Amino acid sequence: MRTYTIALAGNPNTGKSTLFNTLTGLRQHTGNWAGKTVLMAEGEFTYGKSAFRMIDLPGTYSLYSNSADEEVARDYIIFEQPDVTIVVLDATSLERNLNLALQVLEMTSRVVVCVNLIDEAKKRGVRIDLQMISKRLGVPCVAISARNKIGIDALMEQVEKVASGEISPEPVQIPYSKEIEEKVKELQPIIAQTLGTRFPTRWIALRLLDGDEGLLKSLRERMQEPTVPVKRERIGHEQTICH
Amino acid sequence: MSKPYATNSSDPLDALLAVTRNAAEGNAIRDTIVSDIYRLSRSICKEAVTYEDRRKLASAYKLDKWVTSRIWGFPIMLAILGAVFWITIAGANVPSAWIASMFGVVEGYLTAGFQAVNAPDWLHGILVLGFFRGTSWVVSVMLPPMAIFFPVFALLENFGYLPRVAFNMDRLFKKSGGHGKQALTMSMGFGCNAAAILSTRIIESPRERMLAILTNNFVPCNGRWPTLILLSSLFMATGAVGGWHTLTTALIVMGMVLIGIVVTLAVSWALSKTALRGVPTHYTLELPPYRRPQFWKTILIASKDKSWSVLKRAVVVAAPAGVLTWILGNITVGNDSILGHMAAFFDPFAQLIGLDGYILMAFILGLPANEIVLPILLMGYLSSGAMVDADGIDNIKEIFLQHGWTWLTALNMMLFSLLHYPCGTTLFNIYKETKSVKWTVLSAVIPLAIAIAVTFVTAQVIRALGWV
Amino acid sequence: MSTSSIPLSDAATGSQICLDRIEVQGVLRRRLLDLGFVPGNIVEVVQKSPLGDPIAFRVNHTMIALRKEESSLIFGEYVGGDSL
Repeated sequence: MRTYTIALAGNPNTGKSTLFNTLTGLRQHTGNWAGKTVLMAEGEFTYGKSAFRMIDLPGTYSLYSNSADEEVARDYIIFEQPDVTIVVLDATSLERNLNLALQVLEMTSRVVVCVNLIDEAKKRGVRIDLQMISKRLGVPCVAISARNKIGIDALMEQVEKVASGEISPEPVQIPYSKEIEEKVKELQPIIAQTLGTRFPTRWIALRLLDGDEGLLKSLRERMQEPTVPVKRERIGHEQTICH
Repeated sequence: MSKPYATNSSDPLDALLAVTRNAAEGNAIRDTIVSDIYRLSRSICKEAVTYEDRRKLASAYKLDKWVTSRIWGFPIMLAILGAVFWITIAGANVPSAWIASMFGVVEGYLTAGFQAVNAPDWLHGILVLGFFRGTSWVVSVMLPPMAIFFPVFALLENFGYLPRVAFNMDRLFKKSGGHGKQALTMSMGFGCNAAAILSTRIIESPRERMLAILTNNFVPCNGRWPTLILLSSLFMATGAVGGWHTLTTALIVMGMVLIGIVVTLAVSWALSKTALRGVPTHYTLELPPYRRPQFWKTILIASKDKSWSVLKRAVVVAAPAGVLTWILGNITVGNDSILGHMAAFFDPFAQLIGLDGYILMAFILGLPANEIVLPILLMGYLSSGAMVDADGIDNIKEIFLQHGWTWLTALNMMLFSLLHYPCGTTLFNIYKETKSVKWTVLSAVIPLAIAIAVTFVTAQVIRALGWV
Repeated sequence: MSTSSIPLSDAATGSQICLDRIEVQGVLRRRLLDLGFVPGNIVEVVQKSPLGDPIAFRVNHTMIALRKEESSLIFGEYVGGDSL
């Protein structure tokens, strides 16, 4: 049985950890990622015919390198290239949450969008047309309530399909201003020449235009030891009251 | 896997960087990029999301009108804090006594068993009077309050109240030079200072993070709650009876927490004016909507986790300490036990700060974990002659009274417990996080100096006024 | 540049402000943009902390608290709302 890797991304307070706990149960541990001072929980579980290893990325508002959290989450998606990235959205504040989903879609196409707190949203009079979101984003989109275990089967079904390659999503490309688009086109071939096509060139071009020097640092580290897996430092799992 | 880039040097990257620096002019690009992404999310939302009633959506925040209001914000905060303590104290009394007497019965059987097989006295001493008693005291004194306090706290946390506390108190932290998130790392400290030290990672600025690390000790952790609760219940709330007794105890414990907060702010302020100078960095705080916690699930998980960690610590730390204390208390040199000699050595200084030699020695031996301070103290007292069968809360008070305790002793022990150096695990974490011997030492010395100063002044003033 | 534009810190509780410029640089600017403090977006001033600062703003259906130091650098125009 193959073990697929799933990364869990999302804004803080979206119930990301609730979903993580629901899926992994007690088989989880916390680890330090690549020497950075950011804790990520990791857990294993099986669902249907497949085994999964799930990494709960730090909750962030974006995936630019504004903070150590954001850098860690971004580096994981770009460099570790998980089989599937689940983006957890809060149904009651979709606008800001979609912002993050769109950023993830620029980095990888193997994404399942998961609209959490759907029951809460219904209670508050928010109606969400999932098919429309799925159509506009170009990736599967599932509504769930992690705490009440609603929609988990549907979510995992899509995750398995994307992981196994049964469906390969074609995510929307964010249209930028003409000026930016021109510069991106200019840069893409140079990036492909320098870095190869292992990383999404459009995304890297945008980050470089953005002056994201943190990304360059990370790239440089990978280039120096391209085949060595990320070192992981285990630390004791402390009992905490604030997750 | 192909590695087209795993070549000689990092030159190509530098070249790439140069090209992009040329292409990107100034700061405006980030704004345009984010605005473009937001435009797309807005257009998706417009098509896919309909709001029946925007007011209904805002109703998740309805409570904020009260909880963070100018008039009610702080009273509600204090009331909630008081209520948490009251529930803890009221709920823990009976099970604590019950567990203690159960352990007492087991101890009786163990003793009988040891006698039946003619085991030597020293073996019975180490295993039953040291190991078993040390462990059982920690469990009976600590388990019930912690099994109530943490689930209640977890409910508040899951409900979304903690960010409101940070919101209400932010101005105080700003004034004292700290970071707004310091309120959150302090809340973590209620559970365990050692874990809270790790949680200070949420503060990105090194200066403000150091402030949060150095002051976290002033929040009483689960190893110190039982000491505070027990002593205030035995000595401070004596005038009140029945329900009033519980309430008074809760208020006194709350007073201790408030003293801890005041000291935190004062120390942060003093440090940010001296060794850790600097301006407060920016901060944004999200106030998530209030959500009804999953009541039973939260309670079950929190009490299970806490009970387990209390039990584990009892065995890992308290048991060896119990053995060591018993040995120190039963090996005599000259005319007194080693423990007695140590206590006598510390006594003159301890008296100055309103404690006694045994109390000070218990704090010193209790460095590995605050949980064991009280058990070590009791065993110290017991080994020094006054053999009392301590299987109930009232008997504990008897032991203290026989050793000359007054309410001042209790008050100063509470203050010392609240303020003194962090436990060994916390110090170890501080060293791991700061990688600095200097700051690790300071994080023990600063609180210790404050603890000695506060208890000294308290003792001298109260004695001078003739109140004891 | 609009002359009627005021800093968020001066806006009355309950008012809605359409942002027009953010005079912050660096990491904080990025963080604010991520949170939805984007020019053109409408922000509602919801509640002052008991001690007067920080202030909570509703932006994109979420509640974000900012200190005066930051909110005084975000500008916008009054577009409505029920000032109390």
